[in-house]
Amino acid sequence: MSVLRPLDKLPGLNTATILLVGTEDALLQQLAEAMLKEDCTSELKVHLAKSLPLPSNVNRPRIDLIVFVVNLHSKHSLRNVEESLHRVDATFFLGKVSFLATGAGRESHCSIHRNTVMKLAHTYRSPLLFCDLEIEDFRDTMAQRLVRMLQICAGHVPNVSALNLLSLLQSSENPSLDDL
Amino acid sequence: MDETVSEFFRRTILKIPLTEMMTILKTWNFLSENQLQTVNFRQRKESLVQDLVLLCEENHASLNDAALLDIIYTQFHRHQKVWDVFQMSKGPGEDTDLFDMEQFKSSFKKILKRALKNVTVSFRDAEENAVWIRIAWGTQYRKPNQYKPAYVVYYSQTPYAFTSSSQLKSNLPLLGQTFETHNSTTPLQERSLELDINMDSRIIHENKTEKERVQRVTQEIFGDYPQPRLEFAQYKLETKFKSDLNGGILAEREEPLRCLVKFSSPHLLEALKSLAPAGIADAPLSPLLTCIPNKGMNYFKIRDK
Repeated sequence: MSVLRPLDKLPGLNTATILLVGTEDALLQQLAEAMLKEDCTSELKVHLAKSLPLPSNVNRPRIDLIVFVVNLHSKHSLRNVEESLHRVDATFFLGKVSFLATGAGRESHCSIHRNTVMKLAHTYRSPLLFCDLEIEDFRDTMAQRLVRMLQICAGHVPNVSALNLLSLLQSSENPSLDDL
Repeated sequence: MDETVSEFFRRTILKIPLTEMMTILKTWNFLSENQLQTVNFRQRKESLVQDLVLLCEENHASLNDAALLDIIYTQFHRHQKVWDVFQMSKGPGEDTDLFDMEQFKSSFKKILKRALKNVTVSFRDAEENAVWIRIAWGTQYRKPNQYKPAYVVYYSQTPYAFTSSSQLKSNLPLLGQTFETHNSTTPLQERSLELDINMDSRIIHENKTEKERVQRVTQEIFGDYPQPRLEFAQYKLETKFKSDLNGGILAEREEPLRCLVKFSSPHLLEALKSLAPAGIADAPLSPLLTCIPNKGMNYFKIRDK
């Protein structure tokens, strides 16, 4: 099972699982801890992976949301995400995938242009979030957002589906991408 | 006296059988002879315990005093616990250091407290150069649970340590590392204490094997000790341009491309060592970088073969 599929498992009772994919483990760990600090009626689980595919011999819950973390300071992290994207089934991209770019605040350290990640997100029809994960306050705010998104993707919010959320997020972002 | 502490006292004293009560209290030596004489040891146990707790309050007993009493109780009832024994081995070439009990206790406590903010550590010396260590575990957000402590009995003149835990064995690796860190000859500040235990079980690391591989490879290449302090390395490239794209402008060039790459850092080798564990580069690193200490060079000229 080297490709991740969104609906290949039954959901756990009141459980919402997020998968964070990125090369910099320390940032992912901190983001995971920030998310788990949130008050949430759902049982949250955070899986951290450097890249896809995930080890196959492991029993893991159904993944409700995948967030690909790209550090704009590191071409290595972008390349890693690009390769991992091939291991995700197309149906995941119906609102259950999101991109997170960190490091935009320190312009001089950026080796990846913002437009590169914006194009990547546009190609995969998925939302792109910017957040400097090294800064605690920004990280906490992003963690809150991700928890709400996760609950929606897990189906824990009545009347809102992942696809609804996707169309809501996209309509405000797309106009500027037409120029690319 | 804090309510939780007085409750802990009450429960600990309640555990002690009446037949052993006097002996244990005398061993504890916290309540004076006079105070003990004021207590009626023939009354019902609940009332006796209440009286004793009141005396403890009078003496301004602290959590540490309670922990000590708990250790003494456990020492009297050691046969009721299940003990694991660990044998420590010294690496080749390591000298047997002179053992200082006080220094051991202080560094043991310091290491644990640095790793976990919420932990209670208490010591009691015993026969044959042994020390009994009581550890109550907490988490990042919770105070230590005094009712499920772990015990370690370390016989300092031997390589053996006995442990007993009322909780999951998940905390044992940390204890092991605490011993390792103490016994290693590198100064404590320069060792990074990597916790294998996830304080929160809701976070799962999918690539644990890969992380371990990276750690192992990094350790094989760079070793455990601090790196020599180097501030820059310079690579002069005189190689032909190599490109994946066919028919690029530079691909046809016969002459080598001259290029100078300079790495500088306040501590270059430590920075290189931390690249792979931080996820910024793959392990193993390029031999051009890792050969610096071996070759004793930091100026390189690279030509095509």
